[in-house]
Amino acid sequence: MPFGIKVLRFVAPGILRANTLPAVEQPAPLVGANVAAVRETVDLRVPLLAKNDQIAAGNRANFRARKILALNLVSSPGAGKTTLLSRTLDEFGLTTKCAVVVGDLETDNDARRLARPHAPVAQITTGTACHLDAGMVAKSADSLDLTGVRVLFIENVGNLVCPAEFDLGEELRVVLLSTTEGEEKPLKYPPIFKTAHVVLLTKIDVADALGFDRALAAENIRRIAPQAKLIQLSARSGEGLAEWYALLSAHLFKS
Amino acid sequence: MDAVLQQARTRGANRVHRIVLRIGALAGVEPEALRFAFEVVTRDTLAAGSTLQLEAVPARAFCPVCAAEFDAGMDYVFSCPTCGQLSCDLRQGRELELAQIEMS
Ligand SMILES: Nc1nc2c(ncn2[C@@H]2O[C@H](COP(=O)(O)OP(=O)(O)OP(=O)(O)O)[C@@H](O)[C@H]2O)c(=O)[nH]1
Ligand SMILES: [Mg+2]
Ligand SMILES: [Zn+2]
Ligand SMILES: [Zn+2]
Repeated sequence: MPFGIKVLRFVAPGILRANTLPAVEQPAPLVGANVAAVRETVDLRVPLLAKNDQIAAGNRANFRARKILALNLVSSPGAGKTTLLSRTLDEFGLTTKCAVVVGDLETDNDARRLARPHAPVAQITTGTACHLDAGMVAKSADSLDLTGVRVLFIENVGNLVCPAEFDLGEELRVVLLSTTEGEEKPLKYPPIFKTAHVVLLTKIDVADALGFDRALAAENIRRIAPQAKLIQLSARSGEGLAEWYALLSAHLFKS
Repeated sequence: MDAVLQQARTRGANRVHRIVLRIGALAGVEPEALRFAFEVVTRDTLAAGSTLQLEAVPARAFCPVCAAEFDAGMDYVFSCPTCGQLSCDLRQGRELELAQIEMS
């Protein structure tokens, strides 16, 4: 065993040091001949998962084992998540059993709007938290009878910032952007769009009335999220819904 | 921190002197916040008083057209400097990794 004492003040290139916090310069430890410490530096490459990511990984494994397709729906407040899900339950949900977990700051309005005899719905009241986390979803999904359920929709809290950082264990992350929000939204909130598997451009029935430039919006989405499948739809007129249902069908786990 | 202490214990160490973390530019981790939290979470543990060293990992993306990596920058639009191709194939820059522990 080498009796090596390494100099702790060593700063390798590329090291971030907070300027505001002075580096803690520790006095070299007292090392006399009789108090020599055996120090070793161990090289590790251990990926660290934040706690949320650990729970999310558990959720994902759980959903996959039960062959449930889980989708995390994220958007600004009012982009049309609940309206789209209501219609999806009434149409797609008649032949493919679906369940919903819906997050809301205060009220249970959305859960009541979504309640259907043929689709279990659970409400998560987040209080002050402006996003769902994996633990909330785990608890809530556990409270539902998921027998026979093939699709679990998770309606996140209306917010385009925090949900980007919180994996819920979903198979697909679906980001909704409504025509009322303007074409520039994806450029202003890149992280959430970067992590999207699917982007839904909603309320296209009013696009023309608003002078909304669909081609420009599509181009902005493509720039930020070239990986995402883009569907333009309206939960009101029904345009584009067949494409949405086809996407859901294509991602179902084989039963 | 749990990971650090676990490693230290399984190696029979009594004290942790230095911890090196590698943090990707797009990992969503705030170095300042991490340093701030570090002292609090290490208090009363084997790692009390240890040095936290953070290594920055720049974001690199891969261009499928040129079959080459390029510096992705921080703006989330990854565009190849050679041919302009847009890519979301991030090859590094999201990692959060425990790289090294110095202990005795
Ligand atoms: N014109 C039009 N309006 C729509 C459409 N979908 C939803 N809306 C309207 O948009 C408003 C908000 O819709 P919601 O479905 O509640 O939106 P949400 O994303 O669930 O909202 P939060 O849960 O509060 O974030 C309602 O007034 C809906 O009637 C659509 O396709 N076309
Ligand atoms: Mg809603
Ligand atoms: Zn939040
Ligand atoms: Zn290129």
